[in-house]
Amino acid sequence: MTARLARTLGWLALAAVLAASPVRAERLIVSVSNHRVTVTPNYSGEELVLFGSVEKDASTPANRTYDLVVTVAGPRADMVTRRKERRFGIWINTDSRQFLQVPTYLALFSNRPFDAIASPEVQRRQQLGLNNVLLTQRVGPDYADVVPDDAFRSAFVRLRKQHGLYREETSAVTFLTPTLFRTGIPLPAEVPIGLYNVEIKLFAEGALVAKTDTAFEIVKVGFEQFVATTARQNGFVYGLVTAFMALMTGWMASIVFRKD
Amino acid sequence: MQLYLPIADIPVNVFLILAMGAAVGFVSGMFGIGGGFLMTPLLIFVGIAPAVAVASVASHIAASSFSGAISYWRRRAIDPVLAVVLLSGGSLGTALGVWTFTLLRSLGQLDLMIATSYVILLTTVGGLMFWEGLRALLRARRGGPVTTRRPGSHVWIHGLPLKMRFKRSKIYLSVIPVVVIGLLIGFIGAVMGIGGGFILVPLLIYVLRVPTSTVIGTSMVLTLVTMVFATMLHAVTNHLVDAVLALILMVGGVTGAQFGARAGQKIRGEHLRLLLGLLVLAVGIRFAVELVIRPEDLFTVRETGVTG
Repeated sequence: MTARLARTLGWLALAAVLAASPVRAERLIVSVSNHRVTVTPNYSGEELVLFGSVEKDASTPANRTYDLVVTVAGPRADMVTRRKERRFGIWINTDSRQFLQVPTYLALFSNRPFDAIASPEVQRRQQLGLNNVLLTQRVGPDYADVVPDDAFRSAFVRLRKQHGLYREETSAVTFLTPTLFRTGIPLPAEVPIGLYNVEIKLFAEGALVAKTDTAFEIVKVGFEQFVATTARQNGFVYGLVTAFMALMTGWMASIVFRKD
Repeated sequence: MQLYLPIADIPVNVFLILAMGAAVGFVSGMFGIGGGFLMTPLLIFVGIAPAVAVASVASHIAASSFSGAISYWRRRAIDPVLAVVLLSGGSLGTALGVWTFTLLRSLGQLDLMIATSYVILLTTVGGLMFWEGLRALLRARRGGPVTTRRPGSHVWIHGLPLKMRFKRSKIYLSVIPVVVIGLLIGFIGAVMGIGGGFILVPLLIYVLRVPTSTVIGTSMVLTLVTMVFATMLHAVTNHLVDAVLALILMVGGVTGAQFGARAGQKIRGEHLRLLLGLLVLAVGIRFAVELVIRPEDLFTVRETGVTG
């Protein structure tokens, strides 16, 4: 009895899943030129290339034109934005907002302006453009993302953009053929170490038709890796070695420059 | 030549950092100061995170002052007894300072506190030194007597008990003001993140009447010990000491410090004080201007914690 009920429920669940997932007329196949960017002593930024194609099947309407939005998000961190104000003749930090678990690197690329790709409602829902990306703030006891023209939010985005860590380019994706596309992912030198998620969304006639994601990581190797881990895990030894190094350097210099 | 720094996480030009280390090292060797109040702002200007800059500069100052201290020791320009007495007060002051630092940080506005104390301290000390140096220079021009120890300098400090003979400095003095000065320097150093040499030198000269010949070497010993401690503390608590950055700074710094020490010996005492006064005053004014004029950008972004 219970077994039969369970089986029936199982079938029902499967049917529900099948009904909920629409028939996928398009499929996205993508790849980044390098899945593991290594930071070496002479590292000074890099540019990755993302390329891919839109796979169609029999159910795909003919002559569909596609739009593509690529979102690259780096490792997340808490950040604080402070505002200075004049008090008693000097400029001091008076107000601040904390941004919780926001991407340290964020890039949005598309083949044409977001307004041309989808309606404002879809843009908001799919987080297209820096104005629509969710950046959670803590305002007192509340957690919320505020309107895009909030002073702290826009200052935050503007400052990150100045460092090349946040970027939005609506002409960066190029379609080589109607189904083959590529885009560059520029990584400035001060880009944070960690895992980067790349989300690729395909739009047709203003609606999302396919979505896929991939990832790459930026890692320190060799000497850089060794120094960073030692500093973190064996602080005392690291400090001793650094202090000893300082004394040795000072001593060597006094020998080298000794005038007798 | 670009080099990637493992802790600061940015690439820097090695020659630029070397040159900065050498320039600050020269100044520190010449005046017997650590130079932290010059080096840290320079590093931040190049794009290194303030916390990493402060932590790494400590070890750079340790190297610079060690090489300086050795050459002063060879010229018998260090008073070991005076250094030990100063250090006894200094270590207590450092502990007090760290405690105050934690307290201030929990109250907020630590940045402002540091900036204003920089302004007050640097402009006052710099101004006084500059003025004194100028007066000494004018006196020398007029052909008056030029002495570090002026007659009638027996103030209340010399009436204090627990007197002790500091042979190398040729002074006979109570240990109380010496320990108090050490305490003050240790405290200021821990709160403001500086070695405190530029305050110690004038205090030793004007308050304790220590002759200029032993002041610089002795102050270097104090700087050396506090900065070695600071390096250890930063490495253990914040893990922010960038050894690669520190090494580049050190190599530049010790080279500069050697030439600086040599140049310092050639320059007359009052000229030296005038120059140091000018330098300290200039940095103080720069900090003051930064507080008063409207900043280019009212907003600043800082990372508070990384996960994933």
